[in-house]
Amino acid sequence: MLFRGLDLAVGPGELLLVEGPNGAGKTTLLRVLCGLREPEAGEVRWAGLPLRRAGAAFRASVVYVGHAPGLKDDLTALENLAVAAALGGRAPAIDPREALARVGLGERAHVRAGALSAGQRRRLGLARLLVRPAPLWVLDEPLSAVDRAGAALVAELLRDHLGAGGLAVVTSHAPLGVPEDRVRALRLGAAAAAEAAA
Amino acid sequence: MSGGAAGAFAALVRRDLLLAWRRRGDRLVPLAFFVMVTALFPLGVSPERAVLATLAPGVVWVGAVLATLLGMDTLFRSDLEDGTLEQMLLSPLPAPVLVLAKVLAHWLVTGLPLVLAGPVLAGALHLPAPAQPVLVAGLLLGTPALSLVGAVGASLTVGLRRGGMLLPVLLLPLYVPVLTFGSGAVAAAAAGLPAAGHLYALGAILALAATLAPWAAAAGLRISVA
Repeated sequence: MLFRGLDLAVGPGELLLVEGPNGAGKTTLLRVLCGLREPEAGEVRWAGLPLRRAGAAFRASVVYVGHAPGLKDDLTALENLAVAAALGGRAPAIDPREALARVGLGERAHVRAGALSAGQRRRLGLARLLVRPAPLWVLDEPLSAVDRAGAALVAELLRDHLGAGGLAVVTSHAPLGVPEDRVRALRLGAAAAAEAAA
Repeated sequence: MSGGAAGAFAALVRRDLLLAWRRRGDRLVPLAFFVMVTALFPLGVSPERAVLATLAPGVVWVGAVLATLLGMDTLFRSDLEDGTLEQMLLSPLPAPVLVLAKVLAHWLVTGLPLVLAGPVLAGALHLPAPAQPVLVAGLLLGTPALSLVGAVGASLTVGLRRGGMLLPVLLLPLYVPVLTFGSGAVAAAAAGLPAAGHLYALGAILALAATLAPWAAAAGLRISVA
């Protein structure tokens, strides 16, 4: 049992910051929230509907950037992004080249993803957020491996997203640079620690 | 199929063909395996023309089944490892359509070369010429069915670390109908008998696999990703 008794709602313009020590279940919670995993008990709702019933309408509303980059090493940055955009089912919101320029990979569009550095791969993963606009962003450690400029980019993307009424659920060990009044923190691991003590 | 789904289908097929092209060395392994397995029979059983002609239908088909099996484990494995599989399942488009795109690309890369190589190998085993078109027709109907059924097995074992060992045990029994009708068609044609019945059965298996397997594989993938 990783966590129990979670009851929370995230509204437009809000960011839920999931905190906790390693192994507290942050990634698991994120995967439950975007429907990749079923909770053992309880239910996740999107716009009032359980995820299973919301189905494709929910999946059109969420972009997940997880630990695994979701990139093919043998494809170029641009090819990777084009496939990600096609999986969105709609025409990309902005041209993939433009998205690459925005995340600082404009010069690397035709480099294979496998030849990019860890930080650049992270940025390429984040470019998905631009080509596939969705009200809910679920980001697992978006600041891992990125440099200072990359962290500023994440902060800017998140501020724009929240300002436009978007929702975000994010795990991070470093400050995100988002206005405090938009952030709600959820601390995992307390339940597990209490259980271990009992 | 809506425009978005057709676009994503095409994008996935193109992506997997491109990936196969950039790793073309790996993709030749099933074909090389097919050639070698069939070449073992003249060496191991008998080089006699009459013996080989009798064995040819079964040998070519067993070779095709084993070669398909060899490539099956890779269908979803790299997608699971690099996270593109979870992105696929998070797409608002129907997962079975996306699975079908992957199976189609996989068949074009591993199945189609077997269809093309089949008659050459059968000729080397002295299969009578009139049976050749039946062999090609059977392989054309049968190998996509093998890929589709294989995708269901691969979807279930992709999450297991030793899935590659389990997969053949899981799939070989399911491949038996395709094998019997496929080699049965060739044997019938070689004996001068009508082979249409066998081919119809293969067509029915393919239709059934094409309708059911993508859904089953999509469900299997959801379990494996969780």
